Amino acid sequence: MTDRGSGPRLNRRALLKLGLLAGGGLVLGIDAADATEGPDAAVATGFAPGAWLRLHTDGRIVLMLARSEMGQGVTSTLPMLVAEELEVGLDQLDLEPAPVASDYVNRLLGEQATGCSTSVREAWAPLREAGAVARTLLVRAAAARWGVAAEDCRARRGAVHHPDGETRLDYAALAEAAARLPLPERVTLKPPAQWQLIGTPQHRLDTPDKVVGAARYGLDVRLPGMLYASVARCPLRGARVSAWRADAARALPGVVAVLAVRHGIAVVARDTWSLLRGRAALEVDCDPVADPAADQARMEARLRSRLDARGAALAESRGDALGELARAEQVLEADYSLPFLAHVCMEPMNCTAEVSAERCVIHVPTQAQQRALATARRITGLAPERIEVRTTLLGGGFGRRVEQDFVADAVELAQRLGQPVQVVWTRADDFAHDHYRPLTCHRLRATLGEDGLPRAWYHRIVGPSVLARLAPEAVSDGLDPALVEGATALPYALPARRIEYRRADLPVSVGLWRGGARAHNVYVVESFLDELAATAGRDPLALRLALLEDRPRARAVLERVAALAGWSQPLAPGHGRGIALATGYGSLVAQVVEVAPRAEGGGLRVARVWCVVDCGLAVDPDGVRAQMEGGIAFGLSAALGERISFAAGRVEQRRLADYRLLRFDEMPEVEVELVEAAATPGGVGDLGPLPLAPALAAAIAAAGGERQRALPLRLA
Amino acid sequence: MDAMISLTLNGEPMRLDLDPDMPLLWALRDHLGLTGTRYGCGEGECGACTVHLDGQPVHSCTLPLRAAAGRSVTTIEGLSPDGRHPLQLAWIVEEVPQCGYCQSGQLMSAAALLAAHPQPTPEQIDAAMSGVLCRCGSYARIRRAIQRAANPEVHND
Repeated sequence: MTDRGSGPRLNRRALLKLGLLAGGGLVLGIDAADATEGPDAAVATGFAPGAWLRLHTDGRIVLMLARSEMGQGVTSTLPMLVAEELEVGLDQLDLEPAPVASDYVNRLLGEQATGCSTSVREAWAPLREAGAVARTLLVRAAAARWGVAAEDCRARRGAVHHPDGETRLDYAALAEAAARLPLPERVTLKPPAQWQLIGTPQHRLDTPDKVVGAARYGLDVRLPGMLYASVARCPLRGARVSAWRADAARALPGVVAVLAVRHGIAVVARDTWSLLRGRAALEVDCDPVADPAADQARMEARLRSRLDARGAALAESRGDALGELARAEQVLEADYSLPFLAHVCMEPMNCTAEVSAERCVIHVPTQAQQRALATARRITGLAPERIEVRTTLLGGGFGRRVEQDFVADAVELAQRLGQPVQVVWTRADDFAHDHYRPLTCHRLRATLGEDGLPRAWYHRIVGPSVLARLAPEAVSDGLDPALVEGATALPYALPARRIEYRRADLPVSVGLWRGGARAHNVYVVESFLDELAATAGRDPLALRLALLEDRPRARAVLERVAALAGWSQPLAPGHGRGIALATGYGSLVAQVVEVAPRAEGGGLRVARVWCVVDCGLAVDPDGVRAQMEGGIAFGLSAALGERISFAAGRVEQRRLADYRLLRFDEMPEVEVELVEAAATPGGVGDLGPLPLAPALAAAIAAAGGERQRALPLRLA
Repeated sequence: MDAMISLTLNGEPMRLDLDPDMPLLWALRDHLGLTGTRYGCGEGECGACTVHLDGQPVHSCTLPLRAAAGRSVTTIEGLSPDGRHPLQLAWIVEEVPQCGYCQSGQLMSAAALLAAHPQPTPEQIDAAMSGVLCRCGSYARIRRAIQRAANPEVHND
């Protein structure tokens, strides 16, 4: 699953589908099946007459929510797009999680999934258009009934108003007639000046439930006769369970069964407490007893050895970078490295399944509904139309919930036990069997021109392929786009450049993590620019601005964040400031980090962060702000404390105490500003964390600390 | 034979026929239908399961039912009768939650803080709130919401 860019332009009107709801009413869908073929497109076509918008004759207006709510706010932003054009209030829209259907394919990802900061960008045109088409039809239906011109009628808050200013018809009364009208040849979208929702602060629709404990996540699913299960996987990489002793577990009250399943040994119980006790009592042996290949030092050495090995995939090339580097008298060179990271969603992985001979229903907090359906199909052999995926709220996603391991556990167990089963991963399971952000090594080389600006630029990325497992068709000629984003297509004017990727797979499963490869490459590229500025004796802001002469948006975010942070003002003794820029998802963000000496005990602390974001049009400006604030915390957590390591084939971090996540008292003061900009929205969910690590590394160096080239950073 | 455990839950006296060793969290979630209290780690390290025991914030995932016997337990569902505790209102105004999973624990920790210190200092807020992890990074908004709830006259916009 990767962002494939904007893709082919669709003739969306041709793809709009209009229909009558059973029992009357209007249904309006967008068929994306012929626009993009996902990895399992066959699964999604030809069934489930899904549709985005349903207007019922009882007055209910339902938006089918086809993206997963994992905190990024789609339960508010997507309704805003529809409601704006449909002329209804947000309070008048009901949301229902969408089933798996071709209508709901995310055209930026090529499958029905949520991630890569695509949701608002992808829905921007079609959802507004769906709202406008429905509104146009409703107005025409009302005009026909009254015998007046449609142009003289107005739609407002779920009703069409007669030109006389007094008579009105609710949408409910018009839905059936509207559904019988031909689709309009064209619809006019409201000009921005008339927007009442888009770009305005709106309260998130999911907040009230979340503050009273009523929000329902995957672990809150309760079904009649439901059993609880948990699978003990082999803790060793590449090993299998060779023996297991379950007598003690079986003897516990509440434990129903212990059985071998495809991925390990499952304990099944009547409640979660019995389940956890059963898991603790279960003994599992693995064969072989040790897998020295999954050893931290060996894996790091393996990647480092590929930094100058022959043979690498070319990701981007311009000019004769290698020739210039070979001829140069002085070459600046630096190697960087980033550790494996875990996702650590606060809601542990889980899935609840019901399977019979005829039907499979999965209740799951997932980012990838189409994959969940394919997983259930593979295990049960049921036809896709007999499989239903019901998406719950997600207690965090960050890429982890694209994976299918927890879905497979639940479907297999529900099928074998013939009862609904909720599979619960423990926190220890979550650490031990994550699909980690990959370990990577980087070599950067550059020459400086007489003007002190970089001329030739070389970047080699070494790391395991992410998409080889998740989207193999996206990897060609040894190039994994999920490892090079953020290293290529830089906004900076670098006349000669060469970006390479050397694949080096490791005996550890790696996956998508918030920000993807940008979370690696932005740190590396921006850190190296800071080093080049130091070597050239130039201000790191001035150096960037000089490389961005024809990039007004990038210049603007940098200049604004510098002004906000008082970049030109002198700092107190012992303080340090760093700046960094990131682009992606149609958006730009710049941050300044200031570090200060700790009050006692020596070392530094992160004092403040300033952030300026240009995401084009901010549909929900406060939501964008929240994503930046949260993103800064997420980036700071990764930059300062997080690290997964392996010893003798096992993950060394087993509990939260072993994996330092940012805590409340470590949160710096944060100031965020939005640039009023372009007419279309960019993505923001992955954006916020990106500049934090390089800006912090630069701030530490500026404060007189050592130049650190490996994450996590040390403040001491 | 399990001994019956008597306790007061969200103001209601009740007797529970459950294993006294069962952590309160699982009694709430699996047997009493109160799923607003969350499981995050089961080891008292994330704070998502925070409830009040006689008004004090405790980790329900490591508190055996027997330790709640004869005492009063308040969960997020019982924090206010109508969802209008000043903190709940402040949480909505400041748009605190993102994924929201940790927020029951955040709110219960903040409510215990304000009950003890109606006008908490920044240090008291730090001390009370640093035990509850938020992976989405809502910390800045949590701080603002606590300050708003503690100083309604300053935030009457």
